[in-house]
Amino acid sequence: MLNTILYAFISVSLLGAFFGIGLAIAAKYLYVKKEKKLTDLEEALPGYNCGACGYAGCSAYAEAIFNGIAEDITLCSPGGAETAQKVANIMEVAIDVSHEKKVAFVHCKGGKDTARYAFEYKGITDCNAAYSMYQGNKVCKYGCLGLGSCIRVCPVDAIAYDNQGLVVVDKEKCISCNQCVTVCPSGVMKMIPYTADYVVACNSKDKGAVTRKACTVGCIGCKMCEKKSPDGGFKIENFLAEIDYSANGERKNAADACPVKCIVTN
Amino acid sequence: MKSLKTFPKGGVHPGDFKDLTNKEPIRNAAIKDSFIIPMSQHIGAPCECLVNPGDEVKEGMLIGKASGFISANIHSPAPGVVKEITDIFLANGLKTKAVVLEPSGYFDQLGKNIVPADWNSLSAKELQEKIFNSGIVGLGGATFPSNVKYMIPPDAKVEALVINGVECEPYLTADHRLMLEKSAEIFKGLEILQKVLNPEKIFIGIEANKPDAIDIMGNLAQESGGKIEVVPLKLKYPQGDEKQLLKAITGREVPSGKLPINIGAVVSNVGTVFAIYEAVVLNKPLFERVVTVTGRGIKNPSNLKVRVGTKVRDLIEDCGGVTDDTVKLVMGGPMMGFTMCSLDTPVTKGTSGILALTEKEIGKSVQTACIMCGRCVKVCPIGLVPTKLYKNITHRRYQDAMHLNLMDCKECGCCAYVCPANIPLVQGMRLGKKMANKKVKS
Repeated sequence: MLNTILYAFISVSLLGAFFGIGLAIAAKYLYVKKEKKLTDLEEALPGYNCGACGYAGCSAYAEAIFNGIAEDITLCSPGGAETAQKVANIMEVAIDVSHEKKVAFVHCKGGKDTARYAFEYKGITDCNAAYSMYQGNKVCKYGCLGLGSCIRVCPVDAIAYDNQGLVVVDKEKCISCNQCVTVCPSGVMKMIPYTADYVVACNSKDKGAVTRKACTVGCIGCKMCEKKSPDGGFKIENFLAEIDYSANGERKNAADACPVKCIVTN
Repeated sequence: MKSLKTFPKGGVHPGDFKDLTNKEPIRNAAIKDSFIIPMSQHIGAPCECLVNPGDEVKEGMLIGKASGFISANIHSPAPGVVKEITDIFLANGLKTKAVVLEPSGYFDQLGKNIVPADWNSLSAKELQEKIFNSGIVGLGGATFPSNVKYMIPPDAKVEALVINGVECEPYLTADHRLMLEKSAEIFKGLEILQKVLNPEKIFIGIEANKPDAIDIMGNLAQESGGKIEVVPLKLKYPQGDEKQLLKAITGREVPSGKLPINIGAVVSNVGTVFAIYEAVVLNKPLFERVVTVTGRGIKNPSNLKVRVGTKVRDLIEDCGGVTDDTVKLVMGGPMMGFTMCSLDTPVTKGTSGILALTEKEIGKSVQTACIMCGRCVKVCPIGLVPTKLYKNITHRRYQDAMHLNLMDCKECGCCAYVCPANIPLVQGMRLGKKMANKKVKS
């Protein structure tokens, strides 16, 4: 009995030692030498593997930069200016890092209490599936469908439901990888600058009267914001107010004056 | 007795509920105050709209011009004035341009005795052109432009022309009534098709739940000589799909991604053949079709001859309205149809039925988790694996689903019908196809 255990113990130990030595030799002699620059690049990139740069993960992008395939070395949006600078230092090139961080924002406030619904949707919990049926169950065809496809694609869990059946993005967590913008069928998820103070939280390009019937917080294109904050960069196009964030004027007056209160703080 | 033919793999046997309307003769639907004529009533490129608001149109006038190789003309269903051109949703959930028409003036064809045209003098090519000009599409539901289907590649030969009178969808009786009431006209249409396609043999497939249609069509087939054969088929859904029908009748299988012509066959619906007769002999473009308005929720279920563009609201009114326990309105059959969200949805060339279903008919459906029972795999007539496909699609692995031959899915609905967990499998397949195509494009 004791012998059996002993034999087993010895044979497993021997096998372990044999494989261990084998691996140690392999690690030394079969080692694929990587350029220091490449390993540095891999370390400089954040490692989210979000795909925002268009490559299959961070190491693929690092390789592309190293081999000179990737022309733009500032594509890593999660890393932002800091990572871009690091990459530029490694590659010894000068880059312009002045572009600011962007975050995703759901341009819709038409939730359970405020928006009208055309029918009851009973199907796959997926915005794209719902969108192919009459472009969603809301009367407004531009708004948030509230089925959370963006929540499921977000690599950093920055998106969550609110109590209105809509989704909200946590701008502190957002790494601006653009995946939610790509998956959103109605185009209600758009990128805004991180520093934006006010946002027009509506995406409806319908005429004012149509929007009013569909939702109580939809932009009706009344041009009040344009008048109240002339320097705020407000512009009405297709019955929808949009903010040009290159204008630096105040926007509070416009937000206060908005009759449907769809200009909200970020 | 010889056992009846059917396709070998998969299929389901839903209750057919055809007794609601199979004794109701086809009657004309009333013409109400407006028509909404979508500019996309077929598979392929939408029509180019030829009219503007305020224009006067005549019955059967061309108002939408085919704008691509796979596209079909659209004609005005009634004389009147164009009120506006607007965007509407079709029953399948897609947005399209539509002409809103207010009927007024005189009908040129309705109620008139039309002298049959002498089509014998026309060549096959001229007949083809006539079919294209009349905007004829497959009326079985897929609405594939017929002239494209009848363009036989030079190296192919039509060995079998299969006429689809299966009507395997439950509830629907439009084709059944058409075969009973317009059998002579359908055979005239067949003569025309023979000239266009020159097939070696013609089969008419009819399911065994329509013995009267089998009798009538069988007698006419015998009178016409030996070329036409009526094939009674064993009851099984989805026998009306062209791939399943060809397998059942000719024993040949259409390979994945190929068309029936690749195995020397062409399939056309009886409704299409009747439309070809009307177009060629009566010079009447396709703007009218038979629609079954039925379901336990409809007070007087009927088979109606409906002009394209008629609103569902008007048709339901025509049939006495709906009962109080109606919970769902479906355009098409119960297996492949689409739930409507608006009564203002218009009838298109592909609408074979309108169903008002009560709670009892649809039953409660609470979706639960997949238990991998494999029933969907067993009933899939194509031999796909819906469990795997659905899993891939819900995890956004659309390319993996494509490798499992997602594109061969006909959305017949057998898998969702048998699923004990009430998983919306067909919707999943549709989503997968849409997203996979989107990815390929971008």
